[in-house]
Amino acid sequence: MECSYDFKDNVLHVKLTGEIDHHNAKQAREEIDALIERNAPKKLYLDLSNITFCDSSGLGLVMGRMKKAAEFGAAFVIRNPSPAVNRILNIAGMDKLVKIEKYAAAENK
Amino acid sequence: MKKQIKTKPLNTLKCVFPVKSVNEGLSRMIVAAFISQLDPTVSELSDMKTVISEAVTNCIVHAYKGFPDKSKAFVYIYGEYYSDGRVVIKVKDKGVGIEDVKLARQPLYTTDRENERSGMGFTIMESFTDKLRVYSKKGKGTTVVIEKRIGL
Ligand SMILES: Nc1ncnc2c1ncn2[C@@H]1O[C@H](COP(=O)(O)OP(=O)(O)OP(=O)(O)O)[C@@H](O)[C@H]1O
Ligand SMILES: [Mg+2]
Repeated sequence: MECSYDFKDNVLHVKLTGEIDHHNAKQAREEIDALIERNAPKKLYLDLSNITFCDSSGLGLVMGRMKKAAEFGAAFVIRNPSPAVNRILNIAGMDKLVKIEKYAAAENK
Repeated sequence: MKKQIKTKPLNTLKCVFPVKSVNEGLSRMIVAAFISQLDPTVSELSDMKTVISEAVTNCIVHAYKGFPDKSKAFVYIYGEYYSDGRVVIKVKDKGVGIEDVKLARQPLYTTDRENERSGMGFTIMESFTDKLRVYSKKGKGTTVVIEKRIGL
């Protein structure tokens, strides 16, 4: 699991790459939370386009970051969930709870 | 007359590993490789990997909670597949067991609130398999039997 980010104009973009399971969700959680705490963004984009595997731990990760963002008054948006992520979000009905943007403009990568 | 011929599996798998979270990825790879002979589609393969991950993660997270000596805590995987494409995988632990299986299988039900669990593990397993059976006895352990037809 890799975590890359970009912070500008009060917007934090975080992109995760690899597999989300219980084993590596913890590291992603710690990295993203540290970024939120350090930058106190107005908006958090979580790019999940490069996730090749996701199970219920991914749901926990997403719900947890949504809560964390809310604590900091930041809007939370999932960007381009990969098929592996989508099928899990859909089962949980999370696609209705979280804001999801698909095929967002390349300039915001 | 019902035709009940006891067919032999084409292939079987037995595997045991300690409850370490690094083995979640390993167990997915092993089972995926095991069923690859049946020529699964990409989506069948990813369904199976997800289900195995859920079952094994439950053994690692819940089954041996409070056990002082985790070096004696193992996850057991038994697999078989048949010529008609039926795959049966059993994921077993000898841990604390589940008091009320029906309740545990409810969507959003979790006993582990502090660790960002969603309580959707069983629901995900059910929706990605043809049949999911859960046998559990308090203090004895839990066996999840996963059944899915592949390559049809
Ligand atoms: N192998 C097991 N041994 C003991 N208890 C278990 C086992 N598997 C599941 N459980 C119990 O059943 C509950 C529901 O399991 P389920 O996988 O649906 O959700 P979860 O593991 O709590 O959360 P998630 O899977 O979404 O991360 C668990 O919280 C736990 O109490
Ligand atoms: Mg679970």
